[in-house]
Amino acid sequence: MNFPILSSIILLPSIGALFIFFGKETTVTGKQIIKYVALFTAFVNFIISIYVWYLFDNSTHDFQFVEEKEWLKGFFNYKVGIDGISILFIVLTTFITPLCIISANNNIKFRLKDFLISILIMESLMLGVFCSLDLVIFYLFFEGGLIPMFLIIGIWGGNRRVYSAFKFFLFTLLGSVLMLIGIIFIFLSKGTTDFIKLYEMGIDPNFQNYLWLAFFSSFAVKTPMWPVHTWLPDAHVEAPTTGSVLLAAILLKMAGYGFLRFSIGLFPAASDFFTPLVYTLSVVAIIYTSLVALVQEDMKKLIAYSSVAHMGYVTLGIFTLTQQGLEGSLIQMISHGLVSAALFFSVGVLYERSHSRLISNYGGLATTMPKYSLLFIIFSLSAIGLPGTSGFIGEFLVLIGVFKDNFFVAAIATLGVILCAAYMLWLCKRVVFGNVKNENLIKIKDLNKSELFILTSLVFPIIFFGIYPEPLLNTIEVSIANLIDTYNYNLNFTNKNNG
Amino acid sequence: MENIILFLPLTAAIISGFFGKIIGDRISEVVTSLFVSISAFLSLIIFYDVIFNNYESNTLIMPWINSGTLSVNWSIKIDTLSAVMLVVVTLISALVHIYSIGYMSHDQHKPRFMSYLSLFTFAMLTLVTADNFLQLFFGWEGVGLCSYLLIGFWFRKESANSAAIKAFLVNRVGDFGFALGIFLIFYLFGTLNYSDVFNQIPSYIDNNILIFGISFNAIDLICLLLFIGAMGKSAQIFLHTWLPDAMEGPTPVSALIHAATMVTAGVFLVVRCSPIFEYSTIALNVITIIGMSTAFFAATIALVQTDIKKIIAYSTCSQLGYMFFATGVGAYNVAMFHLFTHAFFKALLFLGSGSVIHAFKDEQDITKMGSVWKKLPYTWSLMVIGTLALTGFPLLSGFYSKDAIIEFAYLRGNATGILAAFVGIFTAFLTSIYSWRLIFKTFHGDYKNENIDQAQIKESPFVMLVPLIILAIGSIFAGFVFKDFFINTSNPFIFWKDSIKFLNPLSAEHPPLSIIYITPILVTISIPISYYLFLKNKNLTIMIKESNNFLYNFFLNKWYFDELYDIIFIKPLKKIGLFFWKYIDLKTIDRFGPDGISNIIQTLSLKAKKFQSGFIYQYAFIMLLGFSALLTFLILN
Repeated sequence: MNFPILSSIILLPSIGALFIFFGKETTVTGKQIIKYVALFTAFVNFIISIYVWYLFDNSTHDFQFVEEKEWLKGFFNYKVGIDGISILFIVLTTFITPLCIISANNNIKFRLKDFLISILIMESLMLGVFCSLDLVIFYLFFEGGLIPMFLIIGIWGGNRRVYSAFKFFLFTLLGSVLMLIGIIFIFLSKGTTDFIKLYEMGIDPNFQNYLWLAFFSSFAVKTPMWPVHTWLPDAHVEAPTTGSVLLAAILLKMAGYGFLRFSIGLFPAASDFFTPLVYTLSVVAIIYTSLVALVQEDMKKLIAYSSVAHMGYVTLGIFTLTQQGLEGSLIQMISHGLVSAALFFSVGVLYERSHSRLISNYGGLATTMPKYSLLFIIFSLSAIGLPGTSGFIGEFLVLIGVFKDNFFVAAIATLGVILCAAYMLWLCKRVVFGNVKNENLIKIKDLNKSELFILTSLVFPIIFFGIYPEPLLNTIEVSIANLIDTYNYNLNFTNKNNG
Repeated sequence: MENIILFLPLTAAIISGFFGKIIGDRISEVVTSLFVSISAFLSLIIFYDVIFNNYESNTLIMPWINSGTLSVNWSIKIDTLSAVMLVVVTLISALVHIYSIGYMSHDQHKPRFMSYLSLFTFAMLTLVTADNFLQLFFGWEGVGLCSYLLIGFWFRKESANSAAIKAFLVNRVGDFGFALGIFLIFYLFGTLNYSDVFNQIPSYIDNNILIFGISFNAIDLICLLLFIGAMGKSAQIFLHTWLPDAMEGPTPVSALIHAATMVTAGVFLVVRCSPIFEYSTIALNVITIIGMSTAFFAATIALVQTDIKKIIAYSTCSQLGYMFFATGVGAYNVAMFHLFTHAFFKALLFLGSGSVIHAFKDEQDITKMGSVWKKLPYTWSLMVIGTLALTGFPLLSGFYSKDAIIEFAYLRGNATGILAAFVGIFTAFLTSIYSWRLIFKTFHGDYKNENIDQAQIKESPFVMLVPLIILAIGSIFAGFVFKDFFINTSNPFIFWKDSIKFLNPLSAEHPPLSIIYITPILVTISIPISYYLFLKNKNLTIMIKESNNFLYNFFLNKWYFDELYDIIFIKPLKKIGLFFWKYIDLKTIDRFGPDGISNIIQTLSLKAKKFQSGFIYQYAFIMLLGFSALLTFLILN
């Protein structure tokens, strides 16, 4: 067996966290060491994951770098591996985490040590989600991720942090309990939770609908889909910047990933049956949350609502079951991961300076913070999905996929693109342009070096993948094609049995 | 060479945009102007090659999106159509760059301005040289972005910011149609490359698709959707509201983007897609009707406006209407010809008005000008040339292109065509009236500005006048020199080759003499008419105004489109948004969802608490009750 590279990626952040645990926050040098250990760990992990991407063979749909170790005999095994769908999420996670750590190092004022430990453990758990090949392992990682996030919001959050943390926990837990029941049911009826085996066995179509709903309830909350989205704006508003970034950029993507892996992969008949439901909820999400975003007064809430709308395109694309729709969803998730991270970092920059998230508090930043303003506009335009940014590739492919399936849904979803431009540009107008109305903002400082580093390192992939998305598309192409083939094969198989 | 033409402006934009502070204002200005001028020079060479050596090419830059059956590349397609656009775009752009050095001399953000201008040029070039619909869309949105940035260039001005957003959003409405059109094309043909799509069109004529149970002809639907996009970009009626507001941007921007190049992208789109549009009679009729309505409607508004730039903006809107109904009657080459000549004289008029505004220290109201033609001799004479060319005065460039449009509309012979011809003639008359009104009010009569002493009015610097002179030369000769290339009735394919498709050959006949002569005559007699109305006998104008107060207000308020849209779209959308947020999110989902659950649990636990009173006799009593209930149950069974 080869070097267990995936386990290393998953474990490395936790090992870093362990080191930090023994560090001393009270002394100046101790604090420095903690900061550097965290940053170093996250950065090395990023390098390793890039190396894995480099080693990754995108001509096959088989899972690669597979590791299997017996855990509970006869129940489940520790089994990890990746295919074209998961590798991109892994790179996204390891890319965003170091940026979060840089931001936290500069901005977290108390209990920095605990904060860094939370982030690193969270990274381990998130990476675990994207690597696991066993339902139970997946569930452990998926739900484990709630705990550090709950702590991040609950300890380092704003004034209403307890309410938000509770709401976040209540919503997500409620969904996942049903998923757990679903997993237990699958184990009892099939005798395994290894989902490569489950793909081959197929699930009895009579139970698919119930199981699909059980999994859906968990993923829909995490995505979040309308109408179970109301935890997201509150969680974002109260979370510290780093928390918001992790939440928007990666945590939400776990749900999209879940849809791809389980809803589509394990329950094709049910997915086919529930497609109208998903379409409806997605389209409602796109239009509804865009309109709500239009009237928000709080920047973070506005971006949070826009996240819901953008994730609407993701769910829409996944259930088109077309090559373009699925590839579009994946690109949209990666792109949204970058763009929403960038936007939340940007809001964080302002919040650090004037301790307000209210849009009306700002205006005229183009005069006082030119570098910041330029970057902010670029991020807004990427959120709008302007051609030449990664957002466009995702939205365009999703819409072209949806169009093949349903003209009406595609038309309404395209309307969302107009609304998105409306709220983002209006936000820009009120924050960046105009005259400086607020006297406190006259002496506001432009980006410092670390902020500039964070934001520019997000600009490059956004524009690069907008102009040349081939590296992403090539990576996922074969796996997506295989997913669709398997889906259609199973669907036909079920239909034949029923008919 | 194609690569150089395309990427020089981008390089200039990057240099000036990111390193403007380091290299300084002057070097940014020189670099951007020089690079775009080189592009213009190379474009002229390509244009020459295309005309005389039948040059054509399709250069692949790199792949863009490959997803399933969708495969799209970045590429540069050179044929007659794109060569014409290359010349128009780079030439006007180069002149505007040079002019801006003078016009923006007092501005603090020169490198940023020059960078945006060059970036715009790049985006426009990617648009015209695309060989597929997606790159076209990239350029389409790219020019929209630059337009947004340039309209809002003076970002401290509230009105400029609003105008910028309005321009972007109204265009997005058009893009909504355009995007759906692209989706439909991909859905039907499985490709987005022009040549692959166009080749398949003839076999898809009878394809119908069902939407809401209604059957639509696929080709008609594609054409109408694409045309919605064109309407947005080219400011046609219903989607025109952004163009007058866009005049908030600096005047060179108005000349380049909102007169000569970007706004003609819609016309270019229709001409480029002539192989599709030729198969859709419905779409062509719709285009004719929208085009002539816009031509007429914008001219009526231009009659009564007092802002010098808004008059010219409505005039642009109106002339774009001409181009559209030319395409609507199948005279694509004539539309392109008018696009070509219009670029010269409209850019000339805008830059000339910029020179006037410059002289009056940013005053744009023509009722606060007058009597300065001797003070601004160059500007005055150049603007007169521009006006003559625009109105279609015999032998100037507008004469050849505009009259040709009217003639071909008439020759088309169908009802919409003939109607369009007459609307075109009447609009030409209106055009002449409002254009001369502008000249007379701006340059003649009494001096009416109270803020600036007449002695302070000075002619613009040399660097601003040279581009004007070049444009004036174009305005005079472009029509005469190029008419045989653009409108060769016996065989349009000599010049256009296969870049334009004509299903029915254009009529080579001549329309009745009355049609040929009426426009030049009307145009000429309108000069003395406006002279009399706006200079000699102003009481008559006031009388007309007062006796038709309703009509006057209707025109002055731009047919109340803005107010209407505000009531129909903007206000309700905000209200709906608020309703969704406050009543559905907060008061329904949250109230009955998480908050509801926690409330229920709290109430229940409060009630449950009461059971645990700590008194033994209560517990004993409950036990007794339970025990007897259980016993009863067992006995009954």
